[in-house]
Order: sequence, then structure tokens, then C-alpha cells
Amino acid sequence: MIATEVTAVLALGSIALFVIGLKRLSRVRTARSGNALMAAGMLLAILITLLEIGLVDYRWIAGGLLIGGGIGYAIVARAQATQMPEIVARFNGFGGASSALVALSLFWAEVVEAAGGATAAATLGAASAGTLVLSVLIGAVTLSGSVLAELKLRGTLSGTPRIPIRGPLMGLLVLGGAALGGVAAFAIEDAFVAAGLVIGLVVASALVGIVLVVPIGGADMPVVISLLNSLSGLAAAATGFALGNELLIIAGTIVGAAGLILTQIMCVAMNRSLVNVLIGGFSGGAAEHGEYGHVVSADPESAAMVLEAAQTVIIVPGYGLAAARAQNAVHELAKALERQGSQVRFAIHPVAGRMPGHMNVVLAEAEVPYEMLREMSEINQDFAETDVVVVVGANDVVNPAARTEPGSPIAGMPILDVGNARRVFVIKRSLSPGYAGIKNSLFEQENTVMLYGDAKVVLDQLAGELAANA
Amino acid sequence: MGPLLVSVYVFVLAGFLGFELINKVPPTLHTPLMSGANAMSGITVIGALTLVTVAAVTTSVVLGVLALILATINVVGGFLVTDRMLSTFGGRK
Repeated sequence: MIATEVTAVLALGSIALFVIGLKRLSRVRTARSGNALMAAGMLLAILITLLEIGLVDYRWIAGGLLIGGGIGYAIVARAQATQMPEIVARFNGFGGASSALVALSLFWAEVVEAAGGATAAATLGAASAGTLVLSVLIGAVTLSGSVLAELKLRGTLSGTPRIPIRGPLMGLLVLGGAALGGVAAFAIEDAFVAAGLVIGLVVASALVGIVLVVPIGGADMPVVISLLNSLSGLAAAATGFALGNELLIIAGTIVGAAGLILTQIMCVAMNRSLVNVLIGGFSGGAAEHGEYGHVVSADPESAAMVLEAAQTVIIVPGYGLAAARAQNAVHELAKALERQGSQVRFAIHPVAGRMPGHMNVVLAEAEVPYEMLREMSEINQDFAETDVVVVVGANDVVNPAARTEPGSPIAGMPILDVGNARRVFVIKRSLSPGYAGIKNSLFEQENTVMLYGDAKVVLDQLAGELAANA
Repeated sequence: MGPLLVSVYVFVLAGFLGFELINKVPPTLHTPLMSGANAMSGITVIGALTLVTVAAVTTSVVLGVLALILATINVVGGFLVTDRMLSTFGGRK
């Protein structure tokens, strides 16, 4: 008994480390130590569990921990800075899969292999059996959704195909999966029939994740990633209910709630509701591919001459910057501009990139000073007094259609008002539309000049010209 | 109060705690926060540990070991990748 109470008190310590760690993680100054505290909380939770298990056969445990730890380390060590969104999506999928597998393992151990001729509800208790089904469902949705999100982030899968009757289809799959699981857990006494139904639940849930993510495009990716993150937490919480483990419930629920908040923040940044994003609001823009009228383009040499005369410059990074791995090149340009005495700032749109805060991570990797970064609300009124704006690989977040065309798919989304600046350079490979799939009238404005080419190449040329003429 | 009801209380209160903790986070930290929270969802590792305590090779143990490996990847990789992101933010400001 004493041992149980000791581990219970230690578990409280683990929860305290999670809570304090998460709190510190939400402040720039203390973020790194917060992450370390959370990792310590996790280590403590694992040690407590090993203590509780007592003397058992440790071969699987040691092997699993070593293999998992090694793979996790290797993935991070090999990752490029630009791959961060994919890596986060992948780990997220693993978390969801793990929760589902724990629930499945419990089901197989207690019901299928025991073959006691009783339902899961009779063996495990109704609450445990019900949450077990929930855990498999949410976990499998998280896994397939995250795998698909990773493929989309990598560019392996492109396009946002529309799925007919997607809403009803998804509802049908969720209800069907839940029904299969419910029948398996509460009504079937034959172990093999129950196992078959649970496999059906896994398949239906995995399909839900696919149907959910397939039609959702790039600009909405930050929302999807944080929603999947929330789901992986809820899957862990459901597993906690199934196992009767409070530590799992608490940690999982905190993640679930935090993920929901972040999802909400992303939705507000786009001025859309979560339902609207999930329905795939951007997919209706096919008809709006307008032809471009008069578009002016120039080469880096003449653009560099304009930059030389600029007192104030604002750089607007977008996903194209990350895709071209141009973060160091853009920092070099900023440094060259500062050397000639210009004021340089970066304007960060909250949903620029493919995950929440993507641009901040990418620019930090190139050691762009934190002080040069400005949030949209801080800098939007300054564009009117800015000599030159350089848009690097951003499109939808600077599209005036959000403001001027009520029928546009991005109508109402707050944008960076770059068009108010005296001169706008847009570095872009071509006039192809952004992920929203719509024309950008910014490119036709009189003060806009297109610099066609790969972001890294063009930025290197600009910085080179500035340095040569200095 | 039965154990299930206690768990429900814990669930609801933890939900409120999560909402309060993440309020008003600067956008700079959105990615690390998500990544760190994601690592925390690897807490299922402790569930997996309790299921693989025998040497036998049965379906349940295989499922449990898979869960253990994936959860450990999530935990170790998740905290490391978060630390790597934050190391580039660190020192300044």
C-alpha cells in the first residue's frame, strides 16, 4: 500500500512538471526551460510506471524504449529546418497511433486472447469498454489524418480534390465505426467476431482521417495540424479512461484543450470558423482563376537600384521562402540593406506558411534577430509610409481580394496591406495562384513589380548587387 | 464518488487547465508550443508499458510493443525537435 501512495504522490509531481513546463513554454524568455521541464515530467511518469509494474519481464519494455528513442533521435537529427512542419505532423500521427494501439492491445489481451466468452463491457466495465472504442476511433483518425497532412506538407501529394457528399460520408463513417466498435464491445461474446468488428472500426476511422484532410489545402494546413494535435491528446485521454490511469487522462486532456485553443487562434487569424475550414472552404475557387492584365516584371539588377535608395524596407515572407530554403538568403539581404542604412523589418502574417508560427521558426533558423520580426497588427499601418516591400513567396496573405471582393474564397481574411507601400517587389516563380487558387490583384497594381525566379536565387542576386554597389 | 466519476472530474478540470495555460501565447511560440504539446501526448507510453510486461509473443503484446515504440518516438523526437526550434530562438530577448 505504501508503494501505491508513493507512486501516486510522484505522479502528482509529474503533473506539476507538465503544467509548469507548459506555462513556461508559452513565454519566449522561458520557453526552452519549459520544454525541458515537460520532458522531465515525462521521464518521471515513465519511471513511476516502471516502479508500479514492479518485477516483470523487461525485455519488451527495454527493447521498445531503446528502439523508439533511437528512431525519434534519428528523425530529429536528420531533419532540415524546413521540414519541421512535416516532422511535427509525423510525430503527431505516431502519438495518435500509439493511443489506438494501446486500446487495441488491451482489447486483445482482455477479450480476444482471454476468450472468456464475455463481452468487453462485462470484462472491463462499460466505461472502460466505451472509451476503448473512442480511443481507437480518435487515434486512427489522428494517424491517417497526420500521414496525409505530412504527405501534403512534403508536396508528395498536391491538389485538393473534392470529395462528393463529403460531410454525410464522414458522418456515416464516424457513426458506422462507432457502431461497429460499440457492438463489438457491448454485445458480442464471441471473441473472433468482436475482433473482426474492431478491425472494421479501425478501417472506418482511418478513412475518416483521410476524408477529413484530403480536400484541405495549404493555407488551411495550420488549422488542420493543430486540430490533429488536439485529437492526439484526446486519444491519449480516452486511453486513460480505458486503462483507469489518471496521469494519462490529465496529460492527454491538457494537450487536447491546448490544441483546440491553438486551432481557434488560427481560425480567428483567417476570420473563418472551424466548421468552414473543415468543410473545405477554399475548394470552391476554381471559377475565379482570372487572367492577369498588365503585370510589370523586372530583373534583380534594376530592383537592387530601387532598394539602394530605400530608407524603409519591409520583407513579407511566405511559404515560398521555406520551400526554396531561402531563409539565409533573405537574412543576407536584410543585412546588406541595414549596412547601407535602411530600416528593415519582417512582417509576419499569423497563417503564413504551413503550420502555426511557421515563419518564425524558419527565420529563427537563419538567426534573423527576433527584434526585426513584427506581427501583422503591429506593422499593418506602417506599409503606407514604407519605401519598398519585398514579398517573398507569399500570395494569399497579401491578396487584396480578401478585402475588396466579398465573393472571394478568402473574403474577410485579414491581410498584410503591402499594396499601400510606394513600391512592392514580389519574388515568385510564376503568376500561378496560391493555395486558395485565386488570382491576386496585387500583382496588377501600378506600384507592383514582379521578380520571377526561385526565391533563393533572386535574393542572392539582390544581396550581391547591393554589396557590389556599396 | 465512484472512480469513474473522479476520472470525469479530473478530465473536466484538466480541460479548463489546458485552456487557461495556452491563453495569449505570442505567435512566435505557436509552433514550439504545438510541438511540445504533441510530445506530451506521447504520454500513452505509460499505458503501453503496462501492457508489455510478459515475454510471450501474442497479438496483444505485439500491438503493445508497437504502441510503445511509436509513443517513445513521439516523446523523444517531440521534445528534441521542440528544443531544437527553441534553441534558435534562445538567447535573444
